Parts: sequence; C-alpha cells; structure tokens
Amino acid sequence: MSEHKLTQLKALEAESIHIIREVVAEFRNPVMLYSVGKDSAVMVHLARKAFYPAPLPFSLLHVDTGFKFKEMYDFRDAFCEEIGADLIVKKNEDAIAKGMNPKEFGVARCCGALKTSGLLAALEEGGYDAAFGGARRDEERSRAKERVFSMRDEFGQWDPKNQRPELWNIYNGRIHDGESVRVFPISNWTEMDIWSYIRDEGIPIVPLYFAKERPMIERGNMLIPYYEENKDQLLEGEEPKMIMSRFRTLGCSPCTGAVRSDATNMDEIVIEAAAARRSERETRIIDHGSNSMEDKKKEGYF
Amino acid sequence: MTEFNFELTKEIELLRLVTVGSVDDGKSTLIGRLLVDTKGAFEDQLMAVRKKKGTVKVSSAAEIDLAMLTDGLSAEREQGITIDVAYRYFATPKRKFIMADCPGHEQYTRNMVTGSSTANAAIILIDARHGVLAQTKRHTHILGLLGIPHLIVAVNKMDLVDHDQATYEKIKAEMAEYCAKQGVKDLICIPMSALTGDMVSVRGDNMGWYQGETLLETLESMSVLDDLDSKPFRMPVQLLNRPQTADLPDYRGFMGTIASGTVKVGDEIVVKPSGKTSTVKEIVTFDGNLEEAFAPQSITITLNDEIDVSRGDMLMHVGEEDSDTKALTANVCWIGDEPLENRKKYIIKHAASQIKAMVSEINFKTDIHTLAHDAADELAMNEIGQVTFKLQQPLHYDKYADNRTTGSFIIIDSFTNNTVGAGMIV
Repeated sequence: MSEHKLTQLKALEAESIHIIREVVAEFRNPVMLYSVGKDSAVMVHLARKAFYPAPLPFSLLHVDTGFKFKEMYDFRDAFCEEIGADLIVKKNEDAIAKGMNPKEFGVARCCGALKTSGLLAALEEGGYDAAFGGARRDEERSRAKERVFSMRDEFGQWDPKNQRPELWNIYNGRIHDGESVRVFPISNWTEMDIWSYIRDEGIPIVPLYFAKERPMIERGNMLIPYYEENKDQLLEGEEPKMIMSRFRTLGCSPCTGAVRSDATNMDEIVIEAAAARRSERETRIIDHGSNSMEDKKKEGYF
Repeated sequence: MTEFNFELTKEIELLRLVTVGSVDDGKSTLIGRLLVDTKGAFEDQLMAVRKKKGTVKVSSAAEIDLAMLTDGLSAEREQGITIDVAYRYFATPKRKFIMADCPGHEQYTRNMVTGSSTANAAIILIDARHGVLAQTKRHTHILGLLGIPHLIVAVNKMDLVDHDQATYEKIKAEMAEYCAKQGVKDLICIPMSALTGDMVSVRGDNMGWYQGETLLETLESMSVLDDLDSKPFRMPVQLLNRPQTADLPDYRGFMGTIASGTVKVGDEIVVKPSGKTSTVKEIVTFDGNLEEAFAPQSITITLNDEIDVSRGDMLMHVGEEDSDTKALTANVCWIGDEPLENRKKYIIKHAASQIKAMVSEINFKTDIHTLAHDAADELAMNEIGQVTFKLQQPLHYDKYADNRTTGSFIIIDSFTNNTVGAGMIV
C-alpha cells in the first residue's frame, strides 16, 4: 500500500512541470505563447513553479490581434509586470493597416491573418525552435489527437497523419534546422481541472471571467458583448441589454460570446464548471463549421 | 443548489487507461457510451453528431452516432476509421480517467504502443461474434510487454449473439489461457453491449447470468495503487538550476521528476554514472521546501557538497545503485518505416539522457501468433523482438519490470530524428 499519494491535480502539475523543464533542457530558444486567458494563466504559473527560485528562462509572447477586450490588455500588462516576466507583443501590422476585421473579411480570413500569420511571423522573427501553447486535448476533437511535442515543418505546418509516436514521459526533442515544435504542457487538463487549480492556487485571472451586469447583444443563443466603439455590430432590431454574464473563454471581442451566469467568485465558477452541460468553445465563433480547428491547425494555428 | 464539496474533489484519483480493439469491434461506440453515461460529453458536442431532429436527452444515446463523437480528423470521418491515438477525459465522483483511444488497424500499431505506454489499465474490445482474433493477441502481447497491470476484456456486441453465455465463456477461457502466457496479473472479463449500454454503466435486463461488476463499476473500484514508494529512489536530473541572481549567487539546484521511491533532507545521495556522493541539503518547491518528496513529484534538490552533476545523471541513495554498463538488452517494439538492422547505429533516449547506441545482436523476433522466438536479421515495422545494444557511454538503468521510467527508452533514427522504437529493458 502506497503511503504517499498525489491528488490528481498535483499529478497533472508534476507532469506539466516535467514537460516544461524538458523543453528548456533540449531546445536552443523556447518561448511561451501567452494569450492572457485562463489556460495561459495556469501554464505560466506552472512554468514559474518549474524554475523556482530562478526567474522564467524564456519570454512570454502575446500575438495580439488588436481586437482583445480592454480588460485583457490591462490585466496582461499588470500581471507580467508583477511576476517580472519578459513580455513580447507582436501584431500582423500589414493586415491591421489594411483594416482586417471579422465583419467585412469573414471570421476565417481574419483569424488566418491576425492569429495564424501573425503567430508564424512572430515565431520566425524570434527564431524560436519551441513554442509552448496552452491548448488542451479536451477542448476540441482535432486537439484530442495532438501530441505533447507537436512537430512543425519549416512552414510551421502540422501533419496530423504523420505524428511522432510519444512513449512514456520520454519526449523526442530532436529537430532539423528550420523545424520547430509546439509544446502543450497542459494537454491532459480538462476545463474543470483548470478552474479547480486556479481556485486552489489563487492564480490571478482577467476579471471578465467573473459574472457581472454587462451590456450584451442577444443573438439567438449567443450573448455578444456590446461596447460603444463597436455599436456598428448591432443588427436591425437589436438593442443592448444589461445582463448578468461572464466569459468561459476569452478570445477577440467581436468573436467571443458570454454566458448567463451568477458566478462572481472562484468557488461559484468551479461549481458552475462541474455542472456545465455545454462545451466552453461553443462561445467561440471560429470553431463552428465542419473542420475549422483541424484546418486552422494544419495551417499553423494553435 | 446542493452543497458542493471542495474537499471531496481533492480525493479524486487519476487513472490512465488505454482502449484497444480491432476494426469494427465497436470501440468508438463504447467510448462514446462512457462519455455520455458519465456526462463527459457536453450537450452541444452531442448536438453536432445527432442523427434525428429533436431534443437530445443524455439517456437517449442510441439516437446519436456514438462513434462520431470520438473520430477527430476529417480523413477519419471520410474513411470511417480511426487513424491516430486520441485522448479522452471523463470523470466520476471517485476518479478522473485519461483514456488513450487507440486505433485497431495493424499498420497503426505504433499508435497503440504510444497510447499504452503510460496506462495503468487497458480495455481490450472483442466482438462476441468473432471471438479472439490474431489482432487481439497481438495487442494483448504488447500490453503484457508494456507491463500494464490490469487488463479488462470487454466482450462487446453481446446483443448480436442473443446474449449467449456460452459464447462469452468460450472467449473468456481463451483470453485467460493466452494472458497466463503473457504474465498478465489481473484479468477481468465483462460481457456487454456498448450500443444498448448493457453492462457499461447499467446492468440491463439481458445478461442476468453475469454476476460481476459493470465496466464503470470496475473502472471505479479497481486498484490503482502503484508500488513506486517501496522501490529504490531514482531521480533523473533534467536541468541545473543556477539563478545567479543577487539573492542567490551560488545556488545550484538539480531539477527532476522522481521516478520511484522517496527522498528526505539529509539522505546520502550518489550521482550516477560519476559515483560522486553528497547529502541532500534542501528539497525545493515553489510552495515551500519539503522534508520529504516522493514519486512522481517534480522537485529541485540542493546538495551539501559542490559536486559535478549534469543533465542525464541519476540521483539515488547510496547502497541502492547498480553498476552501470555500456550494453543493454531490451524487448523492442519497432515502429519505424525502415527496419531495425544489425550493426546499425541509433540514438537512445533514456530518462533525461541521449546516447549513441549500436545494435550488437538481434536475439530473436517474437512470432505474435505462437509467441515462438525466431532468428532474425532485422525487425520491420510493427515487429517485436529482443535486441542487445552496445552503448557509447555507460548508462545506469533498471529493469522495466522493476521500474517503468528508468527501465524504458525510445530509439531515435539519427538521420530522420524520428522515434522508431520503444525499448523495455530486461
């Protein structure tokens, strides 16, 4: 009979720390993608644990579309300052200068330009051979098939039919010049694990995750956040309303919906997650359509 | 709202599972059923694969195509097959399950090895109409080699054989005999129908002759205790921690994940392969220093003496080390496109070290049907055999049967950088 036992969250934590350390040991120039969301918050927390008492041995990279919520920018800058992280912010300036936006160009094209192309350009510019991402396998069905160390060719593309076998906790970090890996240290965490861990560890997160009366546009089943600056989003007959709501996942403001919720603190969020009947990515417009995540991932998206 | 017990969520144990089966055994349906029955499948994910119009009730799983819940890639949906290992997550109030869902096609055996390597328990699907197939035996043999402690044989599609007990008993007897030859310690057989749900999470009315637990009861109650605690302390060093900051100018910590055993402050430690010794000064974590740490915690250790320690070294207790050698013999599962050849050089990654290795002998190749040992000059993709390697540098390792972490390694092709083999040291 085993005298010592880790809780399942502590077992996940130990596994993630192992992965993060392995990347720093085997790669020349790693970077951690930081999206300001809850999964990034957990991943950065795990990285701090991995190298304590030393500071983070890599930078955080935010590929900014310019369409994030204001609260996300405020939180990002304050948080990185507080933990002493080196934050790099990159944008696809060309596309932004051309006025790229989801309403006129379509969600797929906007995401392709601002996120995927922006990310690939930022990774190339930085010369990074490994990029940590906070994707989880329980999020979406093509992500369920992703390795922890996911190979990318010189064009940053993913070949889902030809992935390296991944055995035990031994990760093969050998790559040729020009190739890179995306590494997903929280692959095995579920949404419930993320919320429970944030609660248990007291990890700071963007206030948008907590329920509050917010101006919203009701469209079908979706709640779309309403801002003075984007009132052109209103369709005919629509009126913004104050609705008690929060965000289960955070992306770009024109493309991320909220959910009705009364969860104003971490205990209530965990309880809500435990009772959730609908997947969190339902509120992300980009995921809808037959193969959207798989197609985007092949192109180089996370 | 009923009271939510946060303390209880901390008792939840983790069980890593692997599910394997041949083509059309109904594996995807079974996993879909488990996800639905444990409410792991969210309502909108169910909506996307619904066959009929109308409201989806979680209980009416027959109305949705359970298999479509789990096939992830577009090529898979087009061909109606599973190509790659997929990871599924579901939980009950007692346990969280990480399930590797492995393809049954022969050419994708490498994915099965991948999915099985971390599992504590395996579910093998058998179609009651077809009984034990060659593929079933191959998979069982691999699971035995990979040292999976608990095997559950799910005799599925019982509804298509009129829930006939004799059919089930015949399969059970055949699997018991085959598993005994593989050294499988714990074998459980369960008759079921994933499509109707009988004996998955509910008993149903059709198999009153079966007295054992349902699949979900078995998964919740089976022992997941490992004996890592009672094994010798082993910690492969992943990295050196040298902050060199104003506060910590001389700090030297050794970072790693404990593979087995426990370590305490003050313990006498030997570093392999150098053989240098010291004592544990501190066990450092972000959450504060520990007096004692155990597997599989990820920690940082500082020592009382300034001795040379680098990535790939192994920390262990003085008196519990074996000699390190420049050769090793292992059962090898070959997963590369090009065959393993005699005299060929590869890179072996064992724990945190990478070393050059040459095949000095292929001792035998295992005939998957008879388990006979045949002479061989090479191991082709999906073949299994015993191989002796000559190593460029001395390596400290354990037998796989004693320690799955320090007894395993991967084989890397130095030209393509691909992972081409899985080794289990004998």
